[in-house]
Amino acid sequence: MSEPRGLSRREFFRLAGGGILVCVGCAALPSLAQNRWPRYPEDVDAYLLIGADGRVAVFSGKVEMGQGVMTSLAQMAAEELGVDLGSIDMVLGDTDRCPWDMGTFGSMTTRMFGPALRAAAAEARSVLTGLAAARLAVSPDRLSVRTGIVSVKDAPSRHVSYAELARGQRLLRRVDAATVLKAAADFEVMGRPAMRLDARAKVTGEAKYAADMRLPGQLYARILRPPVHRAQLQSVDTSGAEAVGGVTVVRRDDLVAVLHADPQRAGEALAALRAQWQLPQEAGPDQDGIFEHLAKSGAALTESAHRGDVLAARPRAARVFESTYHKGYVAHAPLEPHAALAEVSAGRATVWASTQTPFPTRDHIAHALGLAPEAVRVITPFLGGGFGGKSADRQAVEAARLAQLCGRPVQVAWDRSEEFFFDRFDPAAVVTIVSGVDAGRRAAFWDFTGYGAGERGTAHVYDIPDLRIRCGGGMSYEQSPAPQQLHPFEVGPWRAPGANMNVFAIESQMDIMAAACGSDPLEFRLRHLSDARMRAVLEAAAAGFGWQAAAAPSGRGCGIACATDAGSYVAACAEVAVDPAQGGVRVLRVVCAEDLGIVVNPEGARMQIEGGVTMGLGYALSEELHFRGGDILDRNFGSYHLPRFSAVPRIEAILVRNDGLAPQGGGEPPITIVGAVIANAVFDATGARQLRLPMTPERVLAGIAAAKLHGS
Amino acid sequence: MAAAAIHFTLNGRPVALEARPERLLLWALRGEQGLTGTKYGCGVGACGACTVLVDGRATRSCVTTLAEVERREVVTIEGVARNGGLHPLQQAFIDHGALQCGYCTPGMVLTAHALLAATPHPAREAIAAAMEHQLCRCGAHQRILAAIESVAAGAERSP
Ligand code: FES
Ligand code: FES
Repeated sequence: MSEPRGLSRREFFRLAGGGILVCVGCAALPSLAQNRWPRYPEDVDAYLLIGADGRVAVFSGKVEMGQGVMTSLAQMAAEELGVDLGSIDMVLGDTDRCPWDMGTFGSMTTRMFGPALRAAAAEARSVLTGLAAARLAVSPDRLSVRTGIVSVKDAPSRHVSYAELARGQRLLRRVDAATVLKAAADFEVMGRPAMRLDARAKVTGEAKYAADMRLPGQLYARILRPPVHRAQLQSVDTSGAEAVGGVTVVRRDDLVAVLHADPQRAGEALAALRAQWQLPQEAGPDQDGIFEHLAKSGAALTESAHRGDVLAARPRAARVFESTYHKGYVAHAPLEPHAALAEVSAGRATVWASTQTPFPTRDHIAHALGLAPEAVRVITPFLGGGFGGKSADRQAVEAARLAQLCGRPVQVAWDRSEEFFFDRFDPAAVVTIVSGVDAGRRAAFWDFTGYGAGERGTAHVYDIPDLRIRCGGGMSYEQSPAPQQLHPFEVGPWRAPGANMNVFAIESQMDIMAAACGSDPLEFRLRHLSDARMRAVLEAAAAGFGWQAAAAPSGRGCGIACATDAGSYVAACAEVAVDPAQGGVRVLRVVCAEDLGIVVNPEGARMQIEGGVTMGLGYALSEELHFRGGDILDRNFGSYHLPRFSAVPRIEAILVRNDGLAPQGGGEPPITIVGAVIANAVFDATGARQLRLPMTPERVLAGIAAAKLHGS
Repeated sequence: MAAAAIHFTLNGRPVALEARPERLLLWALRGEQGLTGTKYGCGVGACGACTVLVDGRATRSCVTTLAEVERREVVTIEGVARNGGLHPLQQAFIDHGALQCGYCTPGMVLTAHALLAATPHPAREAIAAAMEHQLCRCGAHQRILAAIESVAAGAERSP
């Protein structure tokens, strides 16, 4: 038994009345080590504390940003431990109280952290059962646990509660051996729909987000921002701002800020700053010129998959199809802009921040303030949406620096314009696919080349003999050119990074081949699929939708698409109506089926499917950033169009049962197929293939006109 | 402009604020009133996160000055619960899972509240139309509509 880290020891010894602390490190979980995304540190820890009041506290560095992990993690702990969901308290994203965590992204909470937490809970249950056996003087195998009460199986009146067992204990346990987790057939809490634990606080307005935190004497900061990216500050006249009563002006290197006890006054002071900027020499590409810029960037291609010989296969194919797909930059646009409140005093900093990465944020703040990481505490209250966009922490570092400079607590809450300006957008991307079919109407070869989106979502499940997948200019900072050279502003992970674009291209190309073969798109896919999980989700979506076989374009406006992401399989059918005069696409219905292994919270999984499909309608139909080089032209919701109520179809979520597999990712997979399924439905309606996202009315009209011209 | 006392009713109790008349209701609520359930989302009246009720009508507090609420009745999300129990709309949002991150939720509940006060039994299309300018990034729309529909269809309705 090894000692847990300092922070959990502190937590433990703070306990009045005793308790039992169980920790798990990933070394105990070989399956986890294999699943690990190798670029990240090998460290998934879970702590779980059973108090003398019978309440169970679960400590996790993950954050709740709407994806429902507060509830699903509590379900996992309650299940393995044998207690009610209501007796679990979740402590999330607090760097002083929770074990180290790399961040909440990549649909990894359930897949990666879940097994560690379940192991800790299972171990706690066995420790408690052992204590109960001693107390009741029976062997442990004669005991059973329900709702935190251990009782003798054949004499249920002999029992003892977890609370009684924990009382007066000072027990630390570390899980060293692989722990046996409950089988799905025995679940009582997992696998059942649970209402969100955070719902009540969120409907009453009690739920606190970073901008809702208050400290006595706090100031609201507004920070001088460049008009365009890569502009250099030359001079600034602060006299107008200083004339605003009660304002504090701070200038330190590149940081120029005005602070006031009233955020509105701070905003007025900001407007009164007079700054001179040196603008970049060249404007740079805009949203239409960006694709040529990407293609000419000289980004080196890395081959991620190779089978057979595509170059030799090409001349043998009966028909060859070459298509190039485009997608613009897409904003995260969480409804809550980045915010942080920082207090720095006596050599310690405490920062409440909306971030998906509290531990890396802690380290960045420590670096900026010249403090040791242990002297910085980051606390993440509820996040008002993240989607990958809050994996950065500029606002938290800004607040901490200003608090240090002013000697008072400082809130930095970005306005919507800053939120757009500093977004690390989903990158624009270009994908070219050359593929072919043989005389027997089977896909013969597949040659995929992508720039900008990266590799995620490019892996193929279709049985195609000759295949090559090459990507360049992804989001890895090790590549050449690095993203900051390739793009006019920062890009970063956006819900299922890159997969939305890659799946759009792949599943459109499959549809092109199916249509050319005169095949029904579902039948064409199944003909190339031996992967049982993919077949199952396709068939489930088609059955739920009432899919009628027909070659596209049938005029009905029905489309289908499928993908695998984050360990899950997902397929959808959609029905659209296209306005032939205006080009507007109305999505009438989406049926989405997903296999995500064991489903921890079916209600939560359905919400993630509905949410992913709805959010995906944005990048499919209306969302595209307008810019000119580093000049971000969309700064609010007036010109950047999120999906609204009128755009949302009936969405039906189907969970395809797969209890033989550990829980897989749920937050991202469904969104990856939305662009493709809508594009395929638009083709079925109009006979015009959409190769660029978003499919705005102008592009749909242009597509229809071009299709008429070519008589195809 | 100089500060003057501005009087209005806030969640049923009278308040008098020493403030400039052009001070925005949003910051007064979130600031000295401590009512942080009213959210900032865009600052220009485009998202609805800051929605409150002013004399029962859904109003965007980010573009509403204190002068405009003088002698009016302002209700925020903290003020809609009834005698310690949840308002039926709040309960319906919980029951239907009509929220994810929850940041849009106060504005959604209050906009629906105003709708049902004016039109007790709206059709689904009318609900969607009334909610059209409330943004939700998480995609809770379908469940939000279902939650509001359930209250609209039920016997219980907004006061
Ligand atoms: S914050 Fe007021 S409408 Fe967006
Ligand atoms: S629930 Fe997140 S914005 Fe609506």
